[in-house]
Amino acid sequence: MAILVDDLAPPRRFSLVTAIRRNPTIAFGGLLLAALIVMAILAPVIATNDPFKIAPVNRLRPPSERWWFGTDQFGRDVFSRTVYGARVSLIVGLSVAAFSCLLGLALGLACGYFRRIDGLVMRVMDGLMAIPSILLAIALITLTRPGLGIVIVAIVIPEVPRVVRVVRAVVLSIRSQPYIESAIAGGTRNTKLLIRHVLPNTLAPLIVQSTYVCASAMLIEAGLSFLGAGVPPEVPSWGNIIAQGRTFFQIAPWTILIPGTFLAITVLAVNLLGDGLRDRLDPRLARRL
Amino acid sequence: MTAILEVRDLHTQFDTLDGVVRAVDGVSFELAHGETLGIVGESGCGKSVTALSILRLIPTETGRIASGSIRFEGEELTALSEEAMKRLRGHRISMIFQEPMTSLNPVLTVGTQIAENVVRHRGVPWRAARDRACEMLDLVRIADPRRRLDEYPHQLSGGMRQRVMIAMALSCDPRVLIADEPTTALDVTIQAQILDLMLELKEKTGTAIVLITHDLGVVAETTQRVVVMYAGRKVEEAPVEVLFEEPLHPYTRGLMRAIPRLDIEADLAGTRPRLQEIPGLVPILTRPIVGCAFAPRCGFATDRCRAEPPPIVDAGAGHTVACWEVERVRAAA
Amino acid sequence: MTAYIVRRLFAVLPVMAVVALFVFFLLRFAPGDPAAIIAGDDATAETIAAVRAKLGLDRPVVEQFAVWLWGLLHGDMGVSIFSNLAVTRVIAQRLEPTLALTLSTLIVAVGLAVPIGVVAAWKARKLVDRLVMGFAVLGFAMPVFVLAYILIYFFAVQWQLLPVQGYQPIGEGFWPFVQSLILPSVALGVTYMALIARITRASMLEVLQQDYIRTANAKGLATDRVLLLHALKNAAVPIVTVIGIGIALLISGVVITETVFNIPGLGRLTVDAVLKRDYPIVQGLILVFAAAKVMVNLIIDISYAFLDPRIRY
Repeated sequence: MAILVDDLAPPRRFSLVTAIRRNPTIAFGGLLLAALIVMAILAPVIATNDPFKIAPVNRLRPPSERWWFGTDQFGRDVFSRTVYGARVSLIVGLSVAAFSCLLGLALGLACGYFRRIDGLVMRVMDGLMAIPSILLAIALITLTRPGLGIVIVAIVIPEVPRVVRVVRAVVLSIRSQPYIESAIAGGTRNTKLLIRHVLPNTLAPLIVQSTYVCASAMLIEAGLSFLGAGVPPEVPSWGNIIAQGRTFFQIAPWTILIPGTFLAITVLAVNLLGDGLRDRLDPRLARRL
Repeated sequence: MTAILEVRDLHTQFDTLDGVVRAVDGVSFELAHGETLGIVGESGCGKSVTALSILRLIPTETGRIASGSIRFEGEELTALSEEAMKRLRGHRISMIFQEPMTSLNPVLTVGTQIAENVVRHRGVPWRAARDRACEMLDLVRIADPRRRLDEYPHQLSGGMRQRVMIAMALSCDPRVLIADEPTTALDVTIQAQILDLMLELKEKTGTAIVLITHDLGVVAETTQRVVVMYAGRKVEEAPVEVLFEEPLHPYTRGLMRAIPRLDIEADLAGTRPRLQEIPGLVPILTRPIVGCAFAPRCGFATDRCRAEPPPIVDAGAGHTVACWEVERVRAAA
Repeated sequence: MTAYIVRRLFAVLPVMAVVALFVFFLLRFAPGDPAAIIAGDDATAETIAAVRAKLGLDRPVVEQFAVWLWGLLHGDMGVSIFSNLAVTRVIAQRLEPTLALTLSTLIVAVGLAVPIGVVAAWKARKLVDRLVMGFAVLGFAMPVFVLAYILIYFFAVQWQLLPVQGYQPIGEGFWPFVQSLILPSVALGVTYMALIARITRASMLEVLQQDYIRTANAKGLATDRVLLLHALKNAAVPIVTVIGIGIALLISGVVITETVFNIPGLGRLTVDAVLKRDYPIVQGLILVFAAAKVMVNLIIDISYAFLDPRIRY
């Protein structure tokens, strides 16, 4: 007998294994990122040596049992410094993502919804976007004394316009929907409209965009530190470590290659997470298995 | 009349997340030279997939022709190389689709899209191909064809785009034209024009047409013979007058009854009868269907219907039905 | 069509206005007295006053902006604090290496990435596609300077095939010029290539799903014609868009690449100037880079009209 659509079995219960199999990118990126975050938090526990201790007698040793990734020209353990370096990158990445998304969300909602604000704010955003981010960040940083907070602010500013664009686009597209028009005609107040109808639709693209902002921020911070315009040199940031490794690169490549690889892996993890989320949350793209 | 196209026991399947979908589950029919054959059925019954299978346009990552034979002018199409199939498409067998809005390439001119077909299959230089394109536009009754050649699809109306599709399809004098719901997306008045145009061109060129539609009205006006499909299977086949006069399959009957009828007296009296729908839902095509596909919804179904697939019964005058209970159905009004 | 181009040209003005405002106020955002900053750390009160008068910093802000803008429109971007040379001259001197690096990277990156993306879309989900996607994901995550050092380590230090650093102007021989650019271009270009290949693939995949591709296949057209003419032309708009967006990546990357490879271009100049707080040069560079970016995007906007007839008519 032919089985009718009505007779379908009840939906299967949630299974972690299936979830992972269906979203391998999210799983992989997410787990990798989680591992790195754990590593950063547990840095004092994991680090085999004191990352700040200068011991010229041990300078430029190749990787060995005592110094898993060797030492730099001041005798500092590269592995320990790298592990601590994760803290800076992750803190910068996550804070920049958080702040720029909050700010971008507020601005994007305002722009998309209130026409009068839109024109002016978007021109400013376009102007900011015209300046390459690293230049903008460097220029902002050199206005004052460098420090972690300043670096975060200096990176947030070039990243905000992108988020604003994304949010604004969503708001504009929703705003033109007939059900919004009828809600307005029915007298629904603006704030309620924004919160109940517009905001939920912005969340998915916002989350995806936040991962890209996070990755970009980590790269910019590393670049800034590398150029000497980022966090102060005593603080072990991957960019700093690489910058300090430049002079002796040819004889001690591990000082650059190790932190570099960690940076690449972290950015990769965040990017994968972002891609996986995007495929999952944007139904239009998800169809393209 | 010998058949120009013979489809025998075609099985086309797709892989989905929920299993293998048997979109076409053992369909056979023939198309004679210069004949207009209608394939009718509701959405999802497999009629479009049948058409795509003939031209082997089923996307290969997820679908395949699992078994069966398709013979065109005696040649077995399922055995041909992809290169050989390409030479056939647009040339000896052409296809037009449902959505004229999206079926034409928006960044290429109308002239280019028709002419490239001619260049590809006839090997003539571009200039000559453009002349032929102009000829074709004239044939499909588009005014000022020379100018239209350099226009883009978005500059034309829906009806005109469908005419362009027809012009493109007929540009190399195909022997068979497969039209997959060509008028469904158009206004009713344009619909009539396009159908008339197709019939007129058929008279001129002698092309056989396979017309796929869910609209029984279109079938009645345009086709000579009809195949009725349900759940990937053929349930009835007959010359068009015979089908409308005496539909034998309960599904076909259900379809005919579901057509809203114009009854002015009942309207005025306020006693318009309720629309008759066919109770139940279509089967899931991922599970194998045991017995007759229509049995769960059929008023005449017996245990044998539910257990064994029905044979194709010859009811005379070119009329065949896939049913166990033909006599009972015939007896019932 | 001309109307479209003119409109696009006018849209550039407000953007550059914002950039100009930002650049102008940059100095004035700095805490402390701009004159003191410019005069230097150990300037006396008199020197600072003299600097202030000389640069007109005691005038009303609006007047200062007008004067500065006027000078700008006449090609005067001020004078470097450190070298006392005109900013325009300093920038012009360091332009060639950056231009060479950026152009070569652009050409190679686009020239390779687009075909790779097309092939990946065409052979979706097969091995080729997976390799391309893998490259795209890894390439995009790889920071420019890390890749640069990896390349230097293998190609320059270990295998000694290419120079570790430095730049040879084209005037001094074509082959050394090319050699000095290979590693920097690759380092700079990989991220860009990854982005372009990815978007090309995504855009092509979306286009290949469209009905008009089904029609093209139903006409039995040759595969390369379907891919390149029917599909790619439709996929072009997002690809070209991302090429423009990627220019921003290129410019940021140039700064780092020139530092790593010790190329005496505008990127290195930026870093030096910023660290030394040579504000006139920083201002000039930001203007130049922003203008370049805006021009590129303008060209791309205009190209849309050629690619998609629906925009024209």
